[in-house]
Amino acid sequence: MKSVDARGLSCPEPVLRTRAALAALPRGEQLEVLVETATSRENVLRTARSMGCEVRIEDVGGGFRLIMERP
Amino acid sequence: MRDALTRFFASRGGIILAGGIIGLVAALLQKLGNPPNMGICVACFGRDIAGALGLHRAAVVQYLRPEIPGFVLGSCLAALLFREFRARTGSAPVVRYFLGVFAMIGALAFLGCPWRALLRLAGGDLNAIVGLLGLGVGISVGVAFLKRGYSLGRTHPARTAVGWILPVTMLGLLIMAAARPSYLLASVKGPGAMHAPLLLSLLAGLLIGFLAQRTRFCTMGSIRDVILARDVHLITGVAALVVVAFVVNLVLGAFRIGITATPVGHSAHVWNFLGMALAGLAFALAGGCPGRQFFLAGEGDADAGVFVIGLITGAAFAHNFGLAGKPDQIIEGVLHVGGPAWNGQIAVLLGITFCLVLGFAMRERWDA
Repeated sequence: MKSVDARGLSCPEPVLRTRAALAALPRGEQLEVLVETATSRENVLRTARSMGCEVRIEDVGGGFRLIMERP
Repeated sequence: MRDALTRFFASRGGIILAGGIIGLVAALLQKLGNPPNMGICVACFGRDIAGALGLHRAAVVQYLRPEIPGFVLGSCLAALLFREFRARTGSAPVVRYFLGVFAMIGALAFLGCPWRALLRLAGGDLNAIVGLLGLGVGISVGVAFLKRGYSLGRTHPARTAVGWILPVTMLGLLIMAAARPSYLLASVKGPGAMHAPLLLSLLAGLLIGFLAQRTRFCTMGSIRDVILARDVHLITGVAALVVVAFVVNLVLGAFRIGITATPVGHSAHVWNFLGMALAGLAFALAGGCPGRQFFLAGEGDADAGVFVIGLITGAAFAHNFGLAGKPDQIIEGVLHVGGPAWNGQIAVLLGITFCLVLGFAMRERWDA
């Protein structure tokens, strides 16, 4: 699975990196995005949904893991 | 319950409600004694606090505004209740300090931060349109840098004490505001002498800090997200702020349309535009508007805390070196257009240069 580590990055860098990775992701494949704050979690979630992705969120130690799939 | 509230605050309804409440509270604070079109102004209030502490000697803008500690402590409370308080630091703090300094110099050339630009618009001051256009241009330049890989680097988790330094400092300021020790300066005339009762100002600050932490309210972010991704989430909250403040101003008879000699405003259009362009660019490069930086500082972000200290010391530089814009004046029926003097104009251009150099220099390669 392709992965974007956006932990510790300021707004809007996690969103920018997620958008770029999703644009390059083949259909049907999954992308994992790691973020640290609840704000980044919400921003990345909104971005992925606006690009039509299904998103699953897991709490991981000190942050969140968002797994998204391009339809 | 906590999860349901989190979902609500993250929703469109949540951000509109928060924006509306901020607009209402700001307009009411004006009625209760804060200066006209300055119910909430993060830049002006930071400048007033710098004055109260004696960091500058501009006698008309000295007052320890309780709204600002309220912002930080309200945000801190929200972060603690919703388990989002995280001490973190290490992302180019010295760069953030100077971005704070220049953001304040730009905002004071215009005479207001983005929050006050919106409130000036809601109060009928048409110079706000020029300022907001400048803000938009500054943010657009910031977005262009961000798209090309501009980054201040990663923060790192820190010891809890690091995250508490700014909230505790704000608590200390609040105690000073209540105790009024003799060394604390307070204006007897001018905008610094106009203020709502301390307790009401504090409650307003706490409420706004709480709501803004939960909804991630950010005036700069609202424009940036539209430019960057056509994402209108945050800007619906900002629009709600303007609409509600406008309606309350109309009801209270505080709406006065004009372009010259507006309350604590000037009509030197070039400097309204360039001042806010500098502020917008600095906020975009620092990742948040001045309000947002205070809210982040409240939830443990010590880098945002450094930006905040930059804002307050920037206000001191602005007044000690005579960089801030002067309001328009009508003397014996003749309009004297205000704005920043030549040294303030140089400082704005220097700030823009500083931000442009950073935008090119602080680039990081990352693969999609």
